[in-house]
Amino acid sequence: MSKRHISTTVNGDAAEFLAEPGATLLDALRDELRLTGAKEGCGSGDCGACSVMVDGRLVCACLMLAPEAEGRRIETIEGMAQGGRLHPLQQKFLEHAALQCGFCTPGLLVAAKALLDQNPDPSETEVRYWLAGNLCRCTGYDKVIRAVMDAAADLRQVRRAS
Amino acid sequence: MTDVMDRPALKVVGTRPIRPDGVDKVTGRAQFGADFHLPGMLVGKIKRSPHAHARIVSIDTRKARALAGVKAVITAADLPDLASQEYEAGESASNLRDLSQNCMARDKALYQGHALAAVAAVSAQVADEALDLIEVVYEVLPHVIDVEAAMEPSAPVLHAHLFTEGLAERPATASNIAKVNRLGRGDLEAGFGEADVVVQGRYTTKAVHQGYIEPHACVAQVSQDGQCQVWSSSQGQFMVRTYCAKILGLEIADIRVTPAEIGGGFGGKTTVYLEPLALALSRQSGHPVKMVMTREEVFRATGPTSGAVIEVKLGAKQDGTIVAADVVLKYQAGAFPGSPVGAGSMTALAAYDIPNVAITGYDVVTNSPKVAAYRAPGAPISAFGVESAIDDLARELGMDPIVLREKNGVVSGVKAVYGPTYRDIGYLETLKAIKDHPHYAAPLGPNQGRGVAVGFWFNVGGESTAAVHVNEDGSAVVVTGNPDIGGSRASMAMMAAEVLGLPVEQVRPIVADTASIGFSMLTGGSRTTFATGMAVTQAAGKIVEDVKRRAALIWDTTVDKVAWESGQAVCLDATKSAVKPLTLAAIAAQAGRTGGPISAEVSLNAQGAGPGFAVHLCDVEIDRETGHVTVVRYTAAQDVGRAIHPAYVEGQIQGGVAQGVGWALNEEYIFDADGQMENAGFLDYRVPVASDLPMIDAVLVEVPNPRHPFGAKGVGEAPIVPPLAAVANAVRDALGVRMCDLPLSPPKIRAVVDGLAS
Ligand code: FES
Ligand code: FES
Repeated sequence: MSKRHISTTVNGDAAEFLAEPGATLLDALRDELRLTGAKEGCGSGDCGACSVMVDGRLVCACLMLAPEAEGRRIETIEGMAQGGRLHPLQQKFLEHAALQCGFCTPGLLVAAKALLDQNPDPSETEVRYWLAGNLCRCTGYDKVIRAVMDAAADLRQVRRAS
Repeated sequence: MTDVMDRPALKVVGTRPIRPDGVDKVTGRAQFGADFHLPGMLVGKIKRSPHAHARIVSIDTRKARALAGVKAVITAADLPDLASQEYEAGESASNLRDLSQNCMARDKALYQGHALAAVAAVSAQVADEALDLIEVVYEVLPHVIDVEAAMEPSAPVLHAHLFTEGLAERPATASNIAKVNRLGRGDLEAGFGEADVVVQGRYTTKAVHQGYIEPHACVAQVSQDGQCQVWSSSQGQFMVRTYCAKILGLEIADIRVTPAEIGGGFGGKTTVYLEPLALALSRQSGHPVKMVMTREEVFRATGPTSGAVIEVKLGAKQDGTIVAADVVLKYQAGAFPGSPVGAGSMTALAAYDIPNVAITGYDVVTNSPKVAAYRAPGAPISAFGVESAIDDLARELGMDPIVLREKNGVVSGVKAVYGPTYRDIGYLETLKAIKDHPHYAAPLGPNQGRGVAVGFWFNVGGESTAAVHVNEDGSAVVVTGNPDIGGSRASMAMMAAEVLGLPVEQVRPIVADTASIGFSMLTGGSRTTFATGMAVTQAAGKIVEDVKRRAALIWDTTVDKVAWESGQAVCLDATKSAVKPLTLAAIAAQAGRTGGPISAEVSLNAQGAGPGFAVHLCDVEIDRETGHVTVVRYTAAQDVGRAIHPAYVEGQIQGGVAQGVGWALNEEYIFDADGQMENAGFLDYRVPVASDLPMIDAVLVEVPNPRHPFGAKGVGEAPIVPPLAAVANAVRDALGVRMCDLPLSPPKIRAVVDGLAS
């Protein structure tokens, strides 16, 4: 089967790649575009390590076919820090020691940002349920949840100030 | 060295700086095993047995080899047929023949998922097609997975050459019982004779997987002159080097292994599965080969830890003095001998000072994946039985469960059942931390229950190398050979910074490849911060001695007239009152004139690791409709010696608790009648998710280990030991019924609730 040519926007820039019809978006990002921040933990939509945003929606890149990305706007962990500055979530993950091995971290960060973009003041329970699709085997989630709550508080302050 | 044990004098140790590798990990830049890419790289894949037990009659790879795009095909015939040989590498000994045959089956497939052949091809699609073209003829054999069934004389025998070790006489027939080990002291019968109260129970646990989120992955390259390079995610680059050399019959000097970032291991990455195969495929094809397991392969062919049967009988006097304990442990080893039943036996009663003890352990091979180390290997299983029985004993005696444990608890000077005499342990302090915690007295809601359990882990030392290099500007690089699985790079930098008197940001820690640093045993056994930390501290100490000597040279005085204070050389020579202290930067700037580059390397075999004790307190709530158990509050105290980076110590405790809760409530390998694992994915093998858990309160008890420069004890493993029983004891408290078979999944809880209602 021949590869298809796909045009997308990745982290704000136009990006083109070739994809087998059966390849996933995760394969395309990792193997074609060499954006290896999104990880494959399961390939079946169960771990969230491959979380990316497509047209503003949180998706598991392992569940989406690469050709479906045609004309879409994709955001990955590589685009989260802006102009040499970490996103507050990234900063809080570091300050709270919310990562141990760090394998789940890109997915958790992308998913947490998707939450805070739509709900700036989530409760602990809301954060826990929102992130229930992102497995972390190292941390027991405690510090992850604290980091997200703390980042949310910071972002609210920034919003109020501006 | 100055008295670094003195807490107020410490500037860096005990603080919570941002880890040096953190930014790479929050930006997606960190390179894990599957993130490497080399030009011309092929994709390697494995053909696996669909049968749990089968003789391999033949493997025909001709069609696969003929497929366009296939560059290499290997079977066991391409690996040397190794003789049985125990080899010490890492936490426990491995038999090289078994290790090789676990990587690639030779005559028999011993579990569903056992590797039979491997291919390397230009794409994943071609590799998959090639796997389908490999023709294997099997003679399917009866299989056995349940541990007690495998011990029956009538059970299908996995290995015709396996005769039970540890019996008075060598048995006449082969058996699945690889080994019987016994541990004990005193007179068991007399002990039970003295007892006023006897409790007993039979407990079972299921095989569970380490569940690291990163599947095994590596890239291997063999050049035409036989030089081998491996990039892989493992708990020890030197372990990978050794095992690859042995399995492939290569020279150590021809192999260089570079550690990738590791996406979780928990013991499961203390062995090799892919690396020798990737090297063999690369050697045959002349191309670099990348191999990455799918999640399904991870479940079917790596890990897990043993499913087990635990029998416990305890005898106590009315005042709570435990006078006798009889423990029998039967652990699944999977396809090859080597379950963690030895450690399970040694840890089972390690927290108790009991005069009359017998512990019998059986290591039993079964048609399931060969078990791999999993965090405090063997200990959570035996602790589940013992701590459940202790809980029953406390109820029987009408005693507080912590008071009962205090009464029988080990202290420094007591000889452990497994041999050594305890020194500088903080078990009673840890019990007290829980007893005094507000959680212990907090009221419980309806359908809630509370459980206590304790756990022990030895912690180990061992061989490590560390180098410290001072840069021209006085900053430093710390080089070690231990993969960082949970923030150890931060601890290494902190210990070096403390000794050198530098801000931690000026110390960059690096985990080097096997050609760039001296040998280090793998990251496991909770040894890295202790043993490698000791090497780092000593190397930094050498630097301090060296720069003092250089300062003396600069000042034209003797070295005994130079002190090292707060990162500066201070002149004590009364005749030189005018000289100003010299910073590391100032001395580094003149290094050329005082003897050249400032650098030190230390290799050691660290002794004197301090054991860890953990005491956990768990509240559960039971939904009587659904049978669902929710952990609503959890407090975990542990003697950590001294926390180098407290946030990462807490993280180890919280992570261990979460894994233990999963083991207690959800996780299990489920096999069908044909021996096929039915739940080889994260959908059906359910590890705890964020919404399953509460915050986990980690209480750090610090009883320093005087044999470590900063008092550290290993911390990573003890936290997974108590949760199984802590949860089960809480469920017992809530339901009024003792449940003995893990996991305590909803159907089992429902059955108990329904039984109570009728
Ligand atoms: S890799 Fe996509 S959800 Fe796990
Ligand atoms: S930090 Fe290791 S899986 Fe989350």
